[in-house]
Amino acid sequence: MKTLVWVDHDGAAVKDATLSAVTAASQLGEVHLLVAGQGVGAVAEAAAKIAGVGKVHVADDAAYDHALAENVAPLVVDLMGHHDAFVTAATTTGKNIAPRVAAMLDVMQISEVLSVEGPDTFTRPIYAGNAIATVQTSDKKLVLTIRGTAFDKATAEGGSGTIEAVAATGDKGLSSFAGSEIAANARPELTSAKIIVSGGRALGSEEKFHELIDPLADALGAGVGASRAAVDAGYAPNDYQVGQTGKIVAPEIYVAVGISGAIQHLAGMKDSKTIIAINKDEDAPIFQVADLGLVGDLFKVVPELTGKL
Amino acid sequence: MKVLVPVKRVLDYNVKPRVKADGTGVDLANVKMSMNPFDEIAVEEAIRLKEKGTVTEIVVVSIGEQKSQETLRTALAMGADRAILVTSETKVEPLGVAKLLARIVEEEAPQLVILGKQAIDDDNNQTGQMLAGLLGWAQGTFASKIEIADGKATVTREIDGGLETDALTLPAIVTTDLRLNEPRYASLPNIMKAKSKPMATKTTADYGVDVAPRLTTLKVVEPGKRSAGVKVADVDELVMKLKAMGVAK
Repeated sequence: MKTLVWVDHDGAAVKDATLSAVTAASQLGEVHLLVAGQGVGAVAEAAAKIAGVGKVHVADDAAYDHALAENVAPLVVDLMGHHDAFVTAATTTGKNIAPRVAAMLDVMQISEVLSVEGPDTFTRPIYAGNAIATVQTSDKKLVLTIRGTAFDKATAEGGSGTIEAVAATGDKGLSSFAGSEIAANARPELTSAKIIVSGGRALGSEEKFHELIDPLADALGAGVGASRAAVDAGYAPNDYQVGQTGKIVAPEIYVAVGISGAIQHLAGMKDSKTIIAINKDEDAPIFQVADLGLVGDLFKVVPELTGKL
Repeated sequence: MKVLVPVKRVLDYNVKPRVKADGTGVDLANVKMSMNPFDEIAVEEAIRLKEKGTVTEIVVVSIGEQKSQETLRTALAMGADRAILVTSETKVEPLGVAKLLARIVEEEAPQLVILGKQAIDDDNNQTGQMLAGLLGWAQGTFASKIEIADGKATVTREIDGGLETDALTLPAIVTTDLRLNEPRYASLPNIMKAKSKPMATKTTADYGVDVAPRLTTLKVVEPGKRSAGVKVADVDELVMKLKAMGVAK
């Protein structure tokens, strides 16, 4: 089976999520990549070095800048003429493009794949990760988004893919990029961080969030996350949100501070290797999934912990 | 302009789903069902656009069992004008839903379709994008802000790492993210009024669309349980454990 993997990039480097998608795709067969964007020569060269990669299709055109789905989907559909599967990481870019491609190909997409059980059989989470479904497709072509945390990352070096230019399919004129606001964050990116310190509503204010969570994260070299309650209350920016509707993470260590552990939050972090919970309510549901729990007032415990690390 | 808002009846988000012992699915007998939370946000946004004078009519549609009419009544009580119920004996997948919606869009000719970004039961996050693909319309997914002016929808989208704003040519598809708005509660008088608002009832067969499922669910199981952890007595013990894991010096 020939698979086409969408390469998530920022114009300069391949994002880690793509490496997990390559691993998933390699379980299906021969892996080809698609790099689309404007001025993406460096990305294509980096993509060609990913271990196990065959052809790297490069569509370098202004129409593909910012990966607008309206322009990118027809390009993918064209390439699917000689591929059997389209695979992307379940990033916001992948989730935006893949279903549009699937509809144009008249196939059902399988979202957030956790494992490849066979050429047409996959597992995926439903009900906020409270159940795992095994699904088999009868479609001729596959469109999959894969959950990055469920697959090891392919090695970014050692591959020798061949780069091939693809003719652009043009600007459909339906949409245009009008600007972006990327949150400044010097800490490790959430979805690839080894350690994450996450704060919840119990922190009480944006000031306390920064005063308590940031130093602890720095002491551990961790990324910073937040529960939806903390984000909604304005303590942390939207893209910090971990959960069913935010980011899905699976770090080595997840430290939940002042987070009760609602099922929507657990959906985003319960595959973490070790979960540590700090909460003053000893009956909080978070303690049912935590490997290590500390019952105590976070305003006392967290500064003490940071001080002792 | 007219807005179409598809809504889905799902297991209430506060209910912990129970996997059936025979592995065929999640037990939905005698559990509380509600409107998918992202769809409530979609209905609310349509109403706000109507209150601003941008929108003249809000049509809500739901595809599923007969009981989905309760979900439509909720949307009508919030402020939608009329409803279309498309009943189906079997579960319709996002591709089938998108195809049915495409037919309804042809009939109703809305300028905007607002959907939730995902349903919290199947967690697919597909229908809006599929509908946009089938219609060849622009799509603004994961919207946290929508502005309509001069034949364009300017949509701020929640993306990994921050926000992105795209300008879409109308007609267009928008899918809602949680931060778009806070949905209103239907007041008792409005719930009473909603009972007399028009609701057309159709079946999937009326649209002549093939909605046969492409996917077969072989089994549904509970996720692996985490083994019970331990509670530490104080910060010193936690630090000791962290050191043992090699994450602190």
